[in-house]
Amino acid sequence: MKNNLSEKIIIYGILLLWTFICLFPIYWTATTSFKTAASVTQGLLIPWIDFEPSWKGWRNLGFSPDTLFVESNPREEFLARFFNTAFISASASALAVILGSFAAYGLSRFNYKFGFMRNPDISFFFLSQLILPPVVLALPVLVLYRELDLLDTHIGMILIYTLTVLPIVIWIMRDQFNAVPIELEEAALVDGASVWMSFFKIVLPIVLPGIASAFILCLILCWNEYFLAALITSTDAKTMPVMVASQISSQSIKWWNMAAISAALCLPLIIVAIFLERYIVKGMAAGAIKG
Amino acid sequence: MSEIKYIERDPLYVVAPSTVSQTTKRAGKIIVWSSFLLMVVIAIIQTLHSNERISFGFSNWRPVLYAYILWAVAIGYSRVLIYGERGKRNLFVFPAVMFIISIVIFPLLFGLYISFTDWNLSSIDGRKFNGLDNFYQMISDPYYWNALKNMIYYVLAVLVEFTIAFLLAILLNSQIRGRKFFRIAFLIPLMLSPVAVSWMVGKSMLEQRFGPVASFARWLGWDTPTFFSNPVIAKLTMMCMDAWTFIPLMIIMLLAGLQALPKEVLEAAKVDGANKWTLFKNIIFPIMLPVSLTTLVIRIIFKLKLADIIIIVTAGGPGGATDSVTSFIVREYRDRSNVGYGTLLSFVYLIFIVILMTILIRFVNRWLQRAS
Repeated sequence: MKNNLSEKIIIYGILLLWTFICLFPIYWTATTSFKTAASVTQGLLIPWIDFEPSWKGWRNLGFSPDTLFVESNPREEFLARFFNTAFISASASALAVILGSFAAYGLSRFNYKFGFMRNPDISFFFLSQLILPPVVLALPVLVLYRELDLLDTHIGMILIYTLTVLPIVIWIMRDQFNAVPIELEEAALVDGASVWMSFFKIVLPIVLPGIASAFILCLILCWNEYFLAALITSTDAKTMPVMVASQISSQSIKWWNMAAISAALCLPLIIVAIFLERYIVKGMAAGAIKG
Repeated sequence: MSEIKYIERDPLYVVAPSTVSQTTKRAGKIIVWSSFLLMVVIAIIQTLHSNERISFGFSNWRPVLYAYILWAVAIGYSRVLIYGERGKRNLFVFPAVMFIISIVIFPLLFGLYISFTDWNLSSIDGRKFNGLDNFYQMISDPYYWNALKNMIYYVLAVLVEFTIAFLLAILLNSQIRGRKFFRIAFLIPLMLSPVAVSWMVGKSMLEQRFGPVASFARWLGWDTPTFFSNPVIAKLTMMCMDAWTFIPLMIIMLLAGLQALPKEVLEAAKVDGANKWTLFKNIIFPIMLPVSLTTLVIRIIFKLKLADIIIIVTAGGPGGATDSVTSFIVREYRDRSNVGYGTLLSFVYLIFIVILMTILIRFVNRWLQRAS
């Protein structure tokens, strides 16, 4: 019994330690965004006890109570970047989910022959895109986009992001479709439905949770992507990570400002993680189990 | 790409009436060839225009793109016209294949050409072919080999991450309260953008005067905690930051594997009096081998793309100690505008990755076969 208790203490001790490691940076950033210069340099930790919170960081962004209804350029700028990021990542994820689901369904139901490539080769062709480092594509795509007048456009960003997440969608969805019994569709086809009709009416509703997982995973990856965005966008289609990164490298920026911006960049996805954790875990687990 | 053929005995197999008239077939072919012709004509006009042979033309190449899309759609549509019900099945895979070919294969071929040219963005000469000069320059470039060597260290760090993730996954899978809370808390670092992590951890918490980690290190007795001036410590710091964001991914994948373990086997082993360590060594670890290897391969794939935090936090410093290949090439592009050389470096890196992954996957498959 005594052995059991000490074991429990060790287990919870390690879990709580890791929880602390995971959450402390977020706590630190959130509190720093409410600090003034003096409380930053003293490294104070606990609001109201150690230091008096101030709205300084958020005021510069235009998000403090007193500036919320006043016109503010930083806020306009921030919101523009925010909507760019949201629009680009949502569209790219949607496009990837559509293209990827179709391809995964085809690969799980029909035998194709494409030159020397059979189904396993086509699957491998899709998945091998995952190992392609973005830096290899970076410059050729930059030159191509310049010729096509796609630099700094939303559509250009959506296309390249779709490419980066497409293999992940195919990977997750292939297992989802394999888990759906083929007999269901065969019955529908015998009754005279076309392949497309049986796909939309019968299979799609069953795999909808899987599609949601794939979509959320893509959304997270696109939202956080920095490397390609820094390359392709300059003003119109600039995304939040690029904006934050450019602020980091400018020396004059104040800590409370930076903390507020970083917190604002992370907050949407932290909310997503808390409420949609089930789907995120399901998507990643799907890849692990089947392999 | 129009050769996607349909061969008999699909998993989903139903005899479908397939009667397509000759006229529809001919219409399908006409659509494909006319749209192809349209694309070629526009491309020729644009080529001549950009070479200043003819005065009329378009201001950019976008019309060619539209014609290309039209052609792709026409191919897809003609599949249905020519092959009927079978053609519809081809349409499932066709768009994704077409998409990847357009955005990956064309730029890769073009990039391959650039990598054999001398092209400096800041010079007005434009690019000129210089054969293997870039290659010889690479062989005698100590910084590139240094970056590759760093990548080996970074990839080896995955093993440490894996051990930590496995331990945490086992703890999460044991009889504990509040598992959902811990799972969400453990997941959160993965949600954060590398850019935000760079500031939150790299720039503020590790700040040497008043960052909390520095204060903690001072309290432990390290008088001058600097995380980015000593090469070894800087490399370790970058490894830790990257591990912090990606350990959640490994925990979740391993946890999924642990939850799928057959309960009867574990119970039987417990009845036989196996203690925790033998249970782990003889039962859990062997059964988990496929999941573990998948997790490791995925993690290594992500590790090989490591760049964002390095570019932002250290820019490769001190003296290239933290450089990853990507961050090194980015500096080559940005600081020296040396486009041809940088592209060659990235292609050589791609070749290394392909070789490494091929060996790794072969090795994993053979290991799994022997284990089963």
